[in-house]
Amino acid sequence: MNAQASFILKLVAIALLACVPLSGESFYIEIVGKVLVMAIFAMSLDLLVGFTGLVSFGHAAYFGIAAYAVAILSPQYEAASLWYVLPASIGLAALAAFVIGLFVLRTKGIYFIMVTLAFAQMAYFIFHDTPLGGGSDGMYLNNKPSAAIFGWEPFDLNNEVHMFYFILATMVLVYLFLARVLQSPFGRTLVGIKSNEHRMQSLGYFTFRYKLGAFTLAGGLGGLAGFLYAVLFGFVTPELLSWHESGNVLLMVILGGMGNLAGVIAGAFAFEMMREVFADITKYWQLLMGGVIVAVVLFLPGGLAGIPGRIKRAMQGGDAK
Amino acid sequence: MSEAKNKEVLLQADKLTRRFGGLVANQDISVTLERQMIHVLLGPNGAGKSTCINMLSGDLPPSEGKIHFMGKDITGLSAAQRSQVGIGRSYQRTNIFPQFSVLENVRLAAQSRRQEPWRIFSKAMEAKWALEKARACIDEAGLGKRVDWVSGVLSHGEQRQLEIAMVLATDAQVLLLDEPLAGMGSEESASMVEVLKRLRQTRGILLVEHDMDAVFAVADMITVMVNGQLLECGPPAQIKASVAVQQAYLGTEDSFHV
Repeated sequence: MNAQASFILKLVAIALLACVPLSGESFYIEIVGKVLVMAIFAMSLDLLVGFTGLVSFGHAAYFGIAAYAVAILSPQYEAASLWYVLPASIGLAALAAFVIGLFVLRTKGIYFIMVTLAFAQMAYFIFHDTPLGGGSDGMYLNNKPSAAIFGWEPFDLNNEVHMFYFILATMVLVYLFLARVLQSPFGRTLVGIKSNEHRMQSLGYFTFRYKLGAFTLAGGLGGLAGFLYAVLFGFVTPELLSWHESGNVLLMVILGGMGNLAGVIAGAFAFEMMREVFADITKYWQLLMGGVIVAVVLFLPGGLAGIPGRIKRAMQGGDAK
Repeated sequence: MSEAKNKEVLLQADKLTRRFGGLVANQDISVTLERQMIHVLLGPNGAGKSTCINMLSGDLPPSEGKIHFMGKDITGLSAAQRSQVGIGRSYQRTNIFPQFSVLENVRLAAQSRRQEPWRIFSKAMEAKWALEKARACIDEAGLGKRVDWVSGVLSHGEQRQLEIAMVLATDAQVLLLDEPLAGMGSEESASMVEVLKRLRQTRGILLVEHDMDAVFAVADMITVMVNGQLLECGPPAQIKASVAVQQAYLGTEDSFHV
Protein backbone atom coordinates (compact mmCIF):
# COMPACT_ATOMS: atom_id res chain seq x y z
CA MET A 1 0.00 0.00 0.00
CA ASN A 2 1.50 3.34 -0.95
CA ALA A 3 1.65 6.21 1.50
CA GLN A 4 -1.14 8.19 -0.13
CA ALA A 5 -3.65 5.35 -0.18
CA SER A 6 -2.77 4.50 3.39
CA PHE A 7 -3.31 8.11 4.47
CA ILE A 8 -6.71 8.31 2.74
CA LEU A 9 -7.76 5.01 4.28
CA LYS A 10 -6.89 6.31 7.74
CA LEU A 11 -8.86 9.53 7.19
CA VAL A 12 -11.87 7.51 6.05
CA ALA A 13 -11.60 5.30 9.12
CA ILE A 14 -11.50 8.31 11.43
CA ALA A 15 -14.47 9.88 9.62
CA LEU A 16 -16.48 6.68 9.99
CA LEU A 17 -15.64 6.50 13.68
CA ALA A 18 -16.65 10.13 14.09
CA CYS A 19 -20.09 9.20 12.70
CA VAL A 20 -20.77 6.58 15.37
CA PRO A 21 -22.50 9.00 17.81
CA LEU A 22 -24.93 9.94 15.00
CA SER A 23 -26.53 6.54 15.55
CA GLY A 24 -27.85 7.85 18.85
CA GLU A 25 -27.57 4.34 20.32
CA SER A 26 -25.85 4.44 23.69
CA PHE A 27 -24.90 0.80 23.32
CA TYR A 28 -22.87 1.39 20.18
CA ILE A 29 -21.33 4.60 21.40
CA GLU A 30 -20.11 2.92 24.54
CA ILE A 31 -18.84 -0.22 22.87
CA VAL A 32 -16.94 1.64 20.15
CA GLY A 33 -15.61 3.95 22.83
CA LYS A 34 -14.33 0.92 24.69
CA VAL A 35 -12.69 -0.41 21.54
CA LEU A 36 -10.92 2.91 21.04
CA VAL A 37 -9.64 2.76 24.61
CA MET A 38 -8.32 -0.74 24.00
CA ALA A 39 -6.71 0.49 20.78
CA ILE A 40 -4.72 3.05 22.81
CA PHE A 41 -3.79 0.31 25.24
CA ALA A 42 -2.69 -1.99 22.42
CA MET A 43 -0.61 0.75 20.74
CA SER A 44 1.18 1.40 24.03
CA LEU A 45 2.08 -2.28 24.26
CA ASP A 46 3.13 -2.35 20.63
CA LEU A 47 5.84 0.19 21.44
CA LEU A 48 7.39 -2.55 23.58
CA VAL A 49 6.49 -5.74 21.72
CA GLY A 50 6.53 -4.57 18.12
CA PHE A 51 9.20 -1.89 18.15
CA THR A 52 11.60 -2.66 21.00
CA GLY A 53 11.27 -6.45 21.06
CA LEU A 54 10.18 -6.56 24.71
CA VAL A 55 7.32 -9.01 25.18
CA SER A 56 5.68 -7.68 28.31
CA PHE A 57 3.09 -10.01 29.79
CA GLY A 58 2.11 -7.60 32.54
CA HIS A 59 0.97 -4.54 30.70
CA ALA A 60 -2.46 -4.54 32.37
CA ALA A 61 -0.75 -3.40 35.58
CA TYR A 62 -0.25 0.14 34.25
CA PHE A 63 -3.74 0.23 32.76
CA GLY A 64 -5.18 -0.78 36.13
CA ILE A 65 -2.96 1.44 38.26
CA ALA A 66 -4.10 4.53 36.34
CA ALA A 67 -7.73 3.39 36.43
CA TYR A 68 -7.55 3.03 40.21
CA ALA A 69 -5.70 6.31 40.48
CA VAL A 70 -8.65 8.23 39.02
CA ALA A 71 -11.10 6.48 41.34
CA ILE A 72 -8.95 7.01 44.43
CA LEU A 73 -7.95 10.60 43.64
CA SER A 74 -11.51 11.71 42.89
CA PRO A 75 -13.47 13.02 45.89
CA GLN A 76 -16.53 10.96 46.74
CA TYR A 77 -19.27 13.54 46.28
CA GLU A 78 -17.95 15.92 43.68
CA ALA A 79 -16.08 15.83 40.42
CA ALA A 80 -12.30 16.06 40.33
CA SER A 81 -10.62 18.32 37.81
CA LEU A 82 -9.72 16.48 34.63
CA TRP A 83 -6.56 18.55 34.39
CA TYR A 84 -5.40 17.20 37.70
CA VAL A 85 -6.47 13.53 37.65
CA LEU A 86 -5.50 12.91 34.03
CA PRO A 87 -1.80 13.81 34.35
CA ALA A 88 -1.69 12.39 37.88
CA SER A 89 -2.95 8.96 36.86
CA ILE A 90 -0.72 8.83 33.76
CA GLY A 91 2.20 9.93 35.92
CA LEU A 92 1.55 7.24 38.52
CA ALA A 93 1.34 4.53 35.86
CA ALA A 94 4.57 5.79 34.26
CA LEU A 95 6.27 5.93 37.65
CA ALA A 96 5.23 2.34 38.37
CA ALA A 97 6.55 1.30 34.96
CA PHE A 98 9.83 3.12 35.60
CA VAL A 99 10.40 1.40 38.95
CA ILE A 100 9.32 -2.03 37.69
CA GLY A 101 11.38 -1.49 34.53
CA LEU A 102 14.52 -0.98 36.62
CA PHE A 103 14.15 -4.61 37.69
CA VAL A 104 12.54 -6.46 34.79
CA LEU A 105 14.74 -4.96 32.07
CA ARG A 106 17.73 -6.76 33.53
CA THR A 107 16.22 -10.00 32.27
CA LYS A 108 15.71 -11.25 28.74
CA GLY A 109 13.44 -13.52 26.73
CA ILE A 110 11.28 -15.94 28.65
CA TYR A 111 12.50 -14.53 31.98
CA PHE A 112 11.37 -11.08 30.97
CA ILE A 113 7.91 -12.43 30.17
CA MET A 114 7.70 -14.19 33.53
CA VAL A 115 8.99 -11.27 35.60
CA THR A 116 6.67 -8.73 33.99
CA LEU A 117 3.82 -11.13 34.74
CA ALA A 118 4.99 -11.52 38.34
CA PHE A 119 5.06 -7.76 38.95
CA ALA A 120 1.62 -7.37 37.40
CA GLN A 121 0.28 -10.10 39.69
CA MET A 122 1.76 -8.25 42.65
CA ALA A 123 -0.07 -5.11 41.56
CA TYR A 124 -3.23 -7.17 41.11
CA PHE A 125 -3.09 -8.50 44.65
CA ILE A 126 -2.38 -5.06 46.09
CA PHE A 127 -5.77 -3.93 44.80
CA HIS A 128 -7.48 -7.28 45.35
CA ASP A 129 -6.40 -7.96 48.92
CA THR A 130 -5.89 -4.59 50.59
CA PRO A 131 -8.46 -1.99 51.54
CA LEU A 132 -6.71 0.56 49.31
CA GLY A 133 -9.01 0.03 46.34
CA GLY A 134 -12.07 -1.54 47.91
CA GLY A 135 -10.82 -5.13 47.68
CA SER A 136 -12.22 -7.63 45.23
CA ASP A 137 -15.41 -5.59 44.71
CA GLY A 138 -13.48 -2.71 43.25
CA MET A 139 -14.76 0.82 43.56
CA TYR A 140 -17.02 3.29 41.84
CA LEU A 141 -16.07 6.56 40.26
CA ASN A 142 -19.19 8.42 41.25
CA ASN A 143 -18.46 11.63 39.43
CA LYS A 144 -16.62 11.83 36.13
CA PRO A 145 -13.81 14.38 36.10
CA SER A 146 -14.78 17.90 35.13
CA ALA A 147 -13.06 19.58 32.22
CA ALA A 148 -13.78 23.06 33.60
CA ILE A 149 -11.00 25.62 33.39
CA PHE A 150 -11.74 28.63 35.64
CA GLY A 151 -15.47 28.10 35.27
CA TRP A 152 -15.41 27.58 31.51
CA GLU A 153 -16.33 24.05 30.48
CA PRO A 154 -15.14 23.12 26.98
CA PHE A 155 -16.79 19.69 27.12
CA ASP A 156 -18.63 17.48 29.58
CA LEU A 157 -17.50 13.89 30.09
CA ASN A 158 -20.90 12.98 31.57
CA ASN A 159 -22.27 13.48 28.09
CA GLU A 160 -21.73 10.21 26.26
CA VAL A 161 -21.15 11.92 22.94
CA HIS A 162 -18.57 14.29 24.41
CA MET A 163 -16.91 11.35 26.11
CA PHE A 164 -16.78 9.46 22.83
CA TYR A 165 -15.13 12.31 20.95
CA PHE A 166 -12.73 12.86 23.82
CA ILE A 167 -11.62 9.22 23.51
CA LEU A 168 -11.44 9.35 19.72
CA ALA A 169 -9.35 12.52 19.78
CA THR A 170 -7.05 10.99 22.39
CA MET A 171 -6.56 7.87 20.29
CA VAL A 172 -5.68 9.89 17.19
CA LEU A 173 -3.24 11.97 19.24
CA VAL A 174 -1.60 8.86 20.70
CA TYR A 175 -1.24 7.43 17.20
CA LEU A 176 0.35 10.63 15.88
CA PHE A 177 2.56 10.89 18.95
CA LEU A 178 3.90 7.35 18.63
CA ALA A 179 4.33 7.65 14.87
CA ARG A 180 6.45 10.73 15.48
CA VAL A 181 8.44 9.20 18.32
CA LEU A 182 9.31 6.23 16.13
CA GLN A 183 10.90 8.55 13.59
CA SER A 184 13.10 10.18 16.19
CA PRO A 185 16.65 9.04 16.97
CA PHE A 186 15.14 7.49 20.12
CA GLY A 187 12.62 5.51 18.09
CA ARG A 188 15.20 4.38 15.55
CA THR A 189 17.37 3.19 18.41
CA LEU A 190 14.49 1.12 19.82
CA VAL A 191 14.00 -0.57 16.46
CA GLY A 192 17.73 -1.25 16.34
CA ILE A 193 17.54 -2.82 19.79
CA LYS A 194 14.71 -5.04 18.63
CA SER A 195 16.72 -6.13 15.61
CA ASN A 196 20.03 -6.75 17.36
CA GLU A 197 20.57 -5.45 20.87
CA HIS A 198 24.07 -6.85 21.19
CA ARG A 199 25.17 -4.99 18.09
CA MET A 200 23.66 -1.77 19.41
CA GLN A 201 25.76 -2.16 22.55
CA SER A 202 28.93 -2.72 20.63
CA LEU A 203 28.09 0.40 18.62
CA GLY A 204 28.18 2.29 21.91
CA TYR A 205 24.49 2.46 22.78
CA PHE A 206 23.56 2.22 26.45
CA THR A 207 20.56 0.12 25.56
CA PHE A 208 19.24 -0.24 29.09
CA ARG A 209 18.41 3.48 29.23
CA TYR A 210 16.51 3.32 25.96
CA LYS A 211 14.57 0.26 27.03
CA LEU A 212 13.73 1.90 30.35
CA GLY A 213 12.56 4.99 28.49
CA ALA A 214 10.35 2.89 26.23
CA PHE A 215 9.00 0.88 29.16
CA THR A 216 8.11 4.04 31.07
CA LEU A 217 6.52 5.67 28.04
CA ALA A 218 4.50 2.53 27.30
CA GLY A 219 3.41 2.38 30.93
CA GLY A 220 2.26 5.99 30.83
CA LEU A 221 0.28 5.49 27.62
CA GLY A 222 -1.18 2.25 28.95
CA GLY A 223 -2.18 4.35 31.96
CA LEU A 224 -3.86 6.87 29.69
CA ALA A 225 -6.00 4.01 28.33
CA GLY A 226 -6.77 2.85 31.87
CA PHE A 227 -7.79 6.36 32.84
CA LEU A 228 -10.21 6.58 29.92
CA TYR A 229 -11.62 3.15 30.73
CA ALA A 230 -12.36 4.12 34.33
CA VAL A 231 -14.00 7.38 33.30
CA LEU A 232 -16.02 5.69 30.55
CA PHE A 233 -17.48 2.96 32.74
CA GLY A 234 -17.41 4.70 36.12
CA PHE A 235 -16.03 1.77 38.09
CA VAL A 236 -12.83 -0.20 38.50
CA THR A 237 -12.13 -3.73 39.67
CA PRO A 238 -8.94 -5.69 40.31
CA GLU A 239 -9.73 -7.71 37.18
CA LEU A 240 -8.46 -4.77 35.12
CA LEU A 241 -4.96 -5.73 36.28
CA SER A 242 -5.34 -9.47 35.91
CA TRP A 243 -3.15 -11.54 33.64
CA HIS A 244 -6.18 -12.18 31.42
CA GLU A 245 -6.15 -8.52 30.48
CA SER A 246 -2.39 -8.58 29.87
CA GLY A 247 -2.96 -11.58 27.62
CA ASN A 248 -5.87 -9.98 25.78
CA VAL A 249 -3.93 -6.86 24.88
CA LEU A 250 -1.01 -9.00 23.73
CA LEU A 251 -3.42 -10.91 21.49
CA MET A 252 -4.71 -7.63 20.05
CA VAL A 253 -1.15 -6.70 19.13
CA ILE A 254 -0.47 -10.10 17.56
CA LEU A 255 -3.81 -10.13 15.76
CA GLY A 256 -3.25 -6.66 14.34
CA GLY A 257 0.40 -7.10 13.43
CA MET A 258 3.32 -6.38 15.72
CA GLY A 259 5.22 -3.24 14.85
CA ASN A 260 2.38 -1.60 12.94
CA LEU A 261 0.38 1.00 14.84
CA ALA A 262 -2.58 1.15 12.44
CA GLY A 263 -2.64 -2.66 12.31
CA VAL A 264 -2.74 -2.84 16.08
CA ILE A 265 -5.73 -0.48 16.19
CA ALA A 266 -7.45 -2.83 13.74
CA GLY A 267 -6.41 -5.72 15.98
CA ALA A 268 -8.11 -4.13 18.97
CA PHE A 269 -11.27 -3.65 16.89
CA ALA A 270 -11.24 -7.20 15.58
CA PHE A 271 -10.64 -8.65 19.04
CA GLU A 272 -13.40 -6.72 20.78
CA MET A 273 -15.88 -7.25 17.93
CA MET A 274 -15.21 -10.98 17.85
CA ARG A 275 -15.74 -11.09 21.58
CA GLU A 276 -19.17 -9.42 21.19
CA VAL A 277 -20.27 -11.45 18.21
CA PHE A 278 -19.07 -14.84 19.46
CA ALA A 279 -20.54 -14.24 22.91
CA ASP A 280 -23.90 -13.66 21.21
CA ILE A 281 -23.65 -16.95 19.34
CA THR A 282 -22.51 -19.28 22.09
CA LYS A 283 -21.39 -19.36 25.67
CA TYR A 284 -18.33 -21.23 24.47
CA TRP A 285 -17.21 -18.10 22.64
CA GLN A 286 -13.68 -18.39 23.96
CA LEU A 287 -13.22 -21.58 21.93
CA LEU A 288 -14.15 -19.74 18.74
CA MET A 289 -11.89 -16.89 19.71
CA GLY A 290 -8.99 -19.24 20.31
CA GLY A 291 -9.56 -20.87 16.95
CA VAL A 292 -9.44 -17.54 15.15
CA ILE A 293 -6.23 -16.53 16.92
CA VAL A 294 -4.56 -19.81 16.01
CA ALA A 295 -5.67 -19.38 12.40
CA VAL A 296 -4.29 -15.84 12.23
CA VAL A 297 -0.94 -16.86 13.67
CA LEU A 298 -0.70 -19.79 11.23
CA PHE A 299 -2.01 -18.22 8.04
CA LEU A 300 -1.44 -14.51 8.56
CA PRO A 301 1.91 -14.15 10.30
CA GLY A 302 1.95 -10.35 9.81
CA GLY A 303 -1.50 -10.03 11.39
CA LEU A 304 -4.20 -7.83 9.91
CA ALA A 305 -1.53 -5.30 8.93
CA GLY A 306 -0.18 -7.85 6.46
CA ILE A 307 -3.41 -8.10 4.49
CA PRO A 308 -2.97 -5.10 2.11
CA GLY A 309 0.44 -6.41 1.04
CA ARG A 310 -0.99 -9.85 0.37
CA ILE A 311 -3.85 -8.48 -1.72
CA LYS A 312 -1.41 -6.40 -3.71
CA ARG A 313 0.79 -9.39 -4.38
CA ALA A 314 -2.18 -11.55 -5.30
CA MET A 315 -3.31 -8.94 -7.82
CA GLN A 316 0.15 -8.75 -9.35
CA GLY A 317 -0.21 -12.34 -10.47
CA GLY A 318 0.41 -14.21 -7.27
CA ASP A 319 4.07 -14.92 -7.92
CA ALA A 320 5.72 -15.79 -4.65
CA LYS A 321 8.09 -12.95 -4.10
CA MET B 1 56.31 1.15 7.87
CA SER B 2 55.66 2.41 11.34
CA GLU B 3 59.11 1.81 12.79
CA ALA B 4 60.58 5.18 11.92
CA LYS B 5 57.72 7.21 13.32
CA ASN B 6 57.16 7.99 16.95
CA LYS B 7 55.07 5.12 18.17
CA GLU B 8 51.73 5.88 19.76
CA VAL B 9 50.43 2.97 21.76
CA LEU B 10 46.65 2.83 21.45
CA LEU B 11 45.75 -0.41 23.11
CA GLN B 12 47.74 -2.41 25.58
CA ALA B 13 46.64 -5.70 27.11
CA ASP B 14 48.71 -7.07 30.00
CA LYS B 15 48.61 -10.72 30.92
CA LEU B 16 44.97 -11.31 30.12
CA THR B 17 43.65 -14.59 31.43
CA ARG B 18 40.18 -15.96 30.91
CA ARG B 19 38.84 -19.12 32.44
CA PHE B 20 35.58 -20.86 31.64
CA GLY B 21 35.14 -23.13 34.63
CA GLY B 22 38.20 -25.37 34.56
CA LEU B 23 39.13 -24.48 30.98
CA VAL B 24 41.74 -21.80 30.52
CA ALA B 25 40.81 -20.21 27.21
CA ASN B 26 43.46 -17.49 27.43
CA GLN B 27 46.50 -17.47 29.66
CA ASP B 28 48.71 -14.43 30.21
CA ILE B 29 48.11 -12.93 26.79
CA SER B 30 49.79 -9.56 26.29
CA VAL B 31 49.18 -7.58 23.12
CA THR B 32 50.23 -4.08 22.17
CA LEU B 33 48.59 -2.16 19.33
CA GLU B 34 50.06 1.02 17.93
CA ARG B 35 48.56 3.61 15.66
CA GLN B 36 49.17 3.07 11.93
CA MET B 37 49.71 -0.59 12.53
CA ILE B 38 47.92 -3.77 11.60
CA HIS B 39 48.46 -6.37 14.27
CA VAL B 40 47.28 -9.86 13.41
CA LEU B 41 46.23 -12.51 15.91
CA LEU B 42 47.03 -15.82 14.33
CA GLY B 43 46.42 -19.35 15.42
CA PRO B 44 44.51 -22.56 14.72
CA ASN B 45 40.88 -23.04 15.67
CA GLY B 46 40.44 -23.15 19.42
CA ALA B 47 43.61 -21.16 20.06
CA GLY B 48 41.60 -18.53 21.94
CA LYS B 49 41.72 -15.70 19.41
CA SER B 50 38.04 -14.89 19.67
CA THR B 51 38.18 -15.00 23.47
CA CYS B 52 41.04 -12.54 23.32
CA ILE B 53 39.25 -10.10 21.01
CA ASN B 54 36.09 -10.42 23.13
CA MET B 55 38.06 -9.35 26.19
CA LEU B 56 39.51 -6.39 24.32
CA SER B 57 36.09 -5.25 23.08
CA GLY B 58 34.38 -5.67 26.43
CA ASP B 59 32.08 -8.50 25.38
CA LEU B 60 33.78 -10.75 27.92
CA PRO B 61 35.37 -9.65 31.19
CA PRO B 62 38.88 -11.04 31.75
CA SER B 63 39.46 -13.26 34.77
CA GLU B 64 42.80 -11.58 35.29
CA GLY B 65 44.89 -8.91 33.66
CA LYS B 66 44.55 -5.27 32.65
CA ILE B 67 43.65 -3.44 29.46
CA HIS B 68 44.74 0.13 28.80
CA PHE B 69 43.54 2.39 26.03
CA MET B 70 45.68 5.45 25.37
CA GLY B 71 47.07 5.17 28.87
CA LYS B 72 43.73 4.80 30.63
CA ASP B 73 42.66 1.63 32.40
CA ILE B 74 39.53 0.38 30.64
CA THR B 75 39.39 -3.13 32.11
CA GLY B 76 36.13 -2.43 33.91
CA LEU B 77 34.32 -0.73 31.02
CA SER B 78 31.36 -2.35 29.24
CA ALA B 79 31.29 -2.91 25.49
CA ALA B 80 29.18 0.23 25.01
CA GLN B 81 31.57 2.31 27.11
CA ARG B 82 34.58 1.03 25.16
CA SER B 83 32.85 1.94 21.94
CA GLN B 84 32.39 5.45 23.33
CA VAL B 85 36.09 5.86 24.16
CA GLY B 86 37.11 4.77 20.66
CA ILE B 87 37.31 1.01 20.34
CA GLY B 88 35.17 -0.45 17.59
CA ARG B 89 34.76 -4.06 16.58
CA SER B 90 33.31 -6.29 13.93
CA TYR B 91 32.23 -9.86 14.45
CA GLN B 92 33.25 -13.21 13.01
CA ARG B 93 29.68 -13.97 12.09
CA THR B 94 28.25 -11.06 10.17
CA ASN B 95 26.41 -8.94 12.68
CA ILE B 96 24.33 -6.23 11.04
CA PHE B 97 20.69 -5.10 10.99
CA PRO B 98 19.63 -7.17 7.98
CA GLN B 99 16.22 -5.57 7.41
CA PHE B 100 17.62 -2.02 7.44
CA SER B 101 19.17 -0.29 4.44
CA VAL B 102 22.94 0.04 4.25
CA LEU B 103 22.55 3.74 4.98
CA GLU B 104 20.40 3.13 8.06
CA ASN B 105 22.86 0.57 9.44
CA VAL B 106 25.68 3.09 9.28
CA ARG B 107 23.50 6.06 10.25
CA LEU B 108 22.58 4.25 13.48
CA ALA B 109 26.26 3.72 14.12
CA ALA B 110 26.96 7.42 13.56
CA GLN B 111 24.02 8.45 15.74
CA SER B 112 25.60 6.56 18.66
CA ARG B 113 28.10 9.42 19.04
CA ARG B 114 25.39 11.90 19.97
CA GLN B 115 22.87 10.10 22.09
CA GLU B 116 19.98 12.34 23.04
CA PRO B 117 17.20 9.92 23.91
CA TRP B 118 15.01 12.67 25.35
CA ARG B 119 14.63 14.34 21.96
CA ILE B 120 11.70 12.22 20.91
CA PHE B 121 10.20 14.78 18.55
CA SER B 122 13.14 15.45 16.27
CA LYS B 123 13.31 13.39 13.11
CA ALA B 124 16.27 11.05 12.86
CA MET B 125 16.41 11.46 9.10
CA GLU B 126 16.75 15.23 9.44
CA ALA B 127 19.99 15.00 11.39
CA LYS B 128 22.23 15.89 8.45
CA TRP B 129 25.49 15.36 10.28
CA ALA B 130 24.71 11.69 10.88
CA LEU B 131 23.62 11.10 7.29
CA GLU B 132 26.69 12.80 5.88
CA LYS B 133 28.99 10.91 8.14
CA ALA B 134 27.26 7.64 7.29
CA ARG B 135 27.70 8.27 3.55
CA ALA B 136 31.36 9.17 4.03
CA CYS B 137 32.02 5.98 5.98
CA ILE B 138 30.17 3.87 3.43
CA ASP B 139 32.40 5.34 0.73
CA GLU B 140 35.50 4.77 2.80
CA ALA B 141 34.61 1.11 3.22
CA GLY B 142 34.10 0.83 -0.53
CA LEU B 143 30.33 0.32 -0.49
CA GLY B 144 29.31 3.57 -2.19
CA LYS B 145 27.23 1.79 -4.82
CA ARG B 146 25.03 0.01 -2.29
CA VAL B 147 23.89 2.90 -0.09
CA ASP B 148 20.15 2.33 -0.52
CA TRP B 149 20.17 -1.44 -0.65
CA VAL B 150 18.57 -3.53 2.05
CA SER B 151 21.65 -4.83 3.82
CA GLY B 152 20.33 -8.38 4.17
CA VAL B 153 20.56 -8.96 0.41
CA LEU B 154 24.19 -7.87 0.06
CA SER B 155 26.82 -10.44 -0.76
CA HIS B 156 28.80 -11.86 2.11
CA GLY B 157 31.84 -9.75 1.28
CA GLU B 158 29.76 -6.60 1.05
CA GLN B 159 28.25 -7.29 4.45
CA ARG B 160 31.74 -7.47 5.89
CA GLN B 161 32.48 -4.12 4.30
CA LEU B 162 29.29 -2.80 5.83
CA GLU B 163 30.51 -3.89 9.24
CA ILE B 164 33.68 -1.91 8.68
CA ALA B 165 31.65 1.15 7.65
CA MET B 166 29.62 0.86 10.86
CA VAL B 167 32.75 0.71 13.00
CA LEU B 168 34.18 3.72 11.17
CA ALA B 169 31.03 5.73 11.81
CA THR B 170 31.66 5.40 15.54
CA ASP B 171 34.97 7.32 15.17
CA ALA B 172 36.87 4.29 16.40
CA GLN B 173 40.63 4.77 16.82
CA VAL B 174 41.11 1.06 17.33
CA LEU B 175 39.42 -1.42 15.02
CA LEU B 176 39.06 -4.94 16.34
CA LEU B 177 38.15 -7.04 13.34
CA ASP B 178 37.28 -10.69 13.79
CA GLU B 179 38.05 -12.51 10.53
CA PRO B 180 37.02 -9.75 8.13
CA LEU B 181 38.17 -11.87 5.19
CA ALA B 182 36.41 -15.08 6.18
CA GLY B 183 34.32 -16.60 3.43
CA MET B 184 35.37 -14.01 0.84
CA GLY B 185 36.27 -14.70 -2.76
CA SER B 186 39.77 -13.76 -3.88
CA GLU B 187 38.59 -10.57 -5.56
CA GLU B 188 36.58 -9.42 -2.55
CA SER B 189 39.45 -10.38 -0.33
CA ALA B 190 41.92 -8.30 -2.33
CA SER B 191 39.71 -5.23 -2.21
CA MET B 192 39.22 -5.67 1.54
CA VAL B 193 42.98 -5.79 1.98
CA GLU B 194 43.17 -2.46 0.17
CA VAL B 195 40.51 -1.03 2.47
CA LEU B 196 42.43 -2.23 5.52
CA LYS B 197 45.66 -0.66 4.31
CA ARG B 198 43.87 2.62 3.75
CA LEU B 199 42.31 2.55 7.22
CA ARG B 200 45.67 1.86 8.81
CA GLN B 201 46.92 5.33 7.89
CA THR B 202 45.06 6.98 10.74
CA ARG B 203 44.09 4.18 13.10
CA GLY B 204 45.27 0.99 14.73
CA ILE B 205 43.85 -2.33 13.58
CA LEU B 206 43.83 -5.61 15.42
CA LEU B 207 42.87 -8.46 13.18
CA VAL B 208 41.99 -12.09 13.72
CA GLU B 209 42.61 -13.95 10.52
CA HIS B 210 43.09 -17.41 9.02
CA ASP B 211 43.92 -16.47 5.45
CA MET B 212 47.75 -16.70 5.43
CA ASP B 213 48.31 -14.85 2.16
CA ALA B 214 46.26 -11.95 3.39
CA VAL B 215 47.92 -12.00 6.79
CA PHE B 216 51.39 -11.61 5.33
CA ALA B 217 50.13 -9.04 2.86
CA VAL B 218 48.88 -6.65 5.52
CA ALA B 219 50.44 -7.49 8.88
CA ASP B 220 52.96 -5.18 10.54
CA MET B 221 53.04 -7.37 13.59
CA ILE B 222 51.84 -10.90 14.25
CA THR B 223 50.97 -12.57 17.52
CA VAL B 224 50.67 -16.34 17.30
CA MET B 225 48.45 -18.12 19.79
CA VAL B 226 48.21 -21.85 20.44
CA ASN B 227 46.00 -23.53 23.04
CA GLY B 228 45.18 -20.24 24.75
CA GLN B 229 48.85 -19.34 25.15
CA LEU B 230 50.99 -16.77 23.44
CA LEU B 231 53.55 -18.58 21.33
CA GLU B 232 55.42 -15.81 19.61
CA CYS B 233 55.02 -12.15 18.74
CA GLY B 234 56.97 -10.24 16.11
CA PRO B 235 57.09 -8.84 12.59
CA PRO B 236 56.00 -11.16 9.74
CA ALA B 237 59.54 -12.11 8.74
CA GLN B 238 60.31 -13.29 12.26
CA ILE B 239 57.12 -15.33 12.42
CA LYS B 240 57.78 -16.92 9.05
CA ALA B 241 61.24 -17.97 10.18
CA SER B 242 60.26 -19.07 13.65
CA VAL B 243 60.98 -22.68 14.46
CA ALA B 244 58.53 -22.68 17.34
CA VAL B 245 55.71 -21.52 15.10
CA GLN B 246 56.56 -24.10 12.47
CA GLN B 247 56.66 -26.85 15.04
CA ALA B 248 53.34 -25.78 16.47
CA TYR B 249 51.86 -26.18 13.04
CA LEU B 250 53.61 -29.53 12.39
CA GLY B 251 55.99 -27.91 9.99
CA THR B 252 53.48 -27.21 7.24
CA GLU B 253 51.60 -24.11 6.34
CA ASP B 254 48.57 -26.18 5.36
CA SER B 255 47.27 -26.46 8.85
CA PHE B 256 46.77 -22.71 8.87
CA HIS B 257 44.04 -23.11 6.30
CA VAL B 258 41.19 -24.32 8.39
